[in-house]
Amino acid sequence: MTLLAQAAEPSCYSRLTNEWFCVQYVVDRQEEIVEATVQHVWITVASVAFGVLVAFPLALLARRHPRLESTVLGVSTGLYTIPSLALFPLLVPFTGLSPRTVVIGLGLYALTVLVRSMLEGFRAVPADVREAATGLGYGAGRLLTRVELPLALPVIMAGLRVATVSTVALTTVGSLVAYGGLGNLIKDGVSTNFRAELLTAAVLCVVLAVLLDVLLVLAQRLLTPWTRGATA
Amino acid sequence: MDEGGDGVRILLDTWDYLTAASSWTGDGGMLQLLLQQLLLTVTAMVIAVAVGLPLALWLGHLGRGGFLAINVSNIGRAVPTFALLALLVTLDFPGRAELGPYGRAGLATLLALAAFALPPIITNAYVAVREVPADVKDSARGMGMTGRQQFFRAELPLALPLVASGLRLALVQVWATATIAALVAGPGLGRVITDGFYRTNYGKGIAGAVVVAAVALVLELLAAWAQRAVTPPGAGGSPRGGDDVSEEARTLDPALATSEG
Repeated sequence: MTLLAQAAEPSCYSRLTNEWFCVQYVVDRQEEIVEATVQHVWITVASVAFGVLVAFPLALLARRHPRLESTVLGVSTGLYTIPSLALFPLLVPFTGLSPRTVVIGLGLYALTVLVRSMLEGFRAVPADVREAATGLGYGAGRLLTRVELPLALPVIMAGLRVATVSTVALTTVGSLVAYGGLGNLIKDGVSTNFRAELLTAAVLCVVLAVLLDVLLVLAQRLLTPWTRGATA
Repeated sequence: MDEGGDGVRILLDTWDYLTAASSWTGDGGMLQLLLQQLLLTVTAMVIAVAVGLPLALWLGHLGRGGFLAINVSNIGRAVPTFALLALLVTLDFPGRAELGPYGRAGLATLLALAAFALPPIITNAYVAVREVPADVKDSARGMGMTGRQQFFRAELPLALPLVASGLRLALVQVWATATIAALVAGPGLGRVITDGFYRTNYGKGIAGAVVVAAVALVLELLAAWAQRAVTPPGAGGSPRGGDDVSEEARTLDPALATSEG
């Protein structure tokens, strides 16, 4: 069938046929698709990394000063309430039309989920474990890195997965300032009524989300080998 | 190029646009678009609640379909709202057809909004009924209540705060999605944002964003207030308030875990 299509008829993504599924499109526009995917991945990774970098000290601060906890949670929930299409423009006067706008905006969204899961994770560390470690002479720093963080990791990772998957989806909105990864292709697909481009980019977005989720699950298994025996 | 100076100029333009009466009034003015987006939001919420809530409450009561009820949220998160809107608009049906007061691509927008409101409603309502303490359910049965009475007199009142937090999450999601509709030339206030950006009138774009963000915060506050109102004093209401429970359910209940195995 593909042979026939190549021989006589116009390809499946020509204006006349405009098919939804078109392998020929993927082959011909490979470069453009790869470029958009790469941009999508690095924007997602940079955003989540930025979110983690901001969320971790905030979570530690909120844990130490319980009064700050409701403020931190309140502000991050407030940020989460603002639609992405409105948050990016609000950052533009400060960050310009650059990838920074998208990365900071998405990082702020990820923040909400991340701070919550970090606090939740720390709360899940049994008090007697903490006491035992202190009794063994662990200082605050070592207690955090050697005892609390590893025990909180499963809950934190659950939050990280949620944040990553939603960031992949939200990155598409970055096409407003021309840094939306696959979202740029979706935008072009809508405005030029190019079905193959639109569907390919949409499917790739979902595939990317699933892929990153699986990677995080694998990372979690490697980081917390002791949980495996318990659940199996 | 002096970015700092640019930023200040854009902010001044924003102020000018926000304070000019002409940006609010008339056909396609912000007031009209605001009302249109509120109408879209309310309609989509009504559809999603009518479809999703009874189903999720019933499944929670029976204790069946947990896998589906939890994972619908995970799927909803992975599908970009922009992509779904784009697909609906490009399809032959519903396409870009005008729909009464809902404007251009009205039906496509409504469908996408309702679809993205469903996951938080379903997941929260299911988990809410499911997590009513077993001894409460047992004693309700022990008192001779029928299944229907158990549900309406014991389970539902206890589940209400969490159900309400699901509705609140859905509302936030719907308002955000309604804004994104403008990226596919749909209705609503988002159009002010996209118009401003595509025609390099950044002041206008940011003015639109300010209004959208302000309304979002007002809706969230109203929803939080409504949620508090349905939470019986002293009962249940977790200190974390409007939570997305899907991640917790996944971490707390290994039976619901999907890929952790």
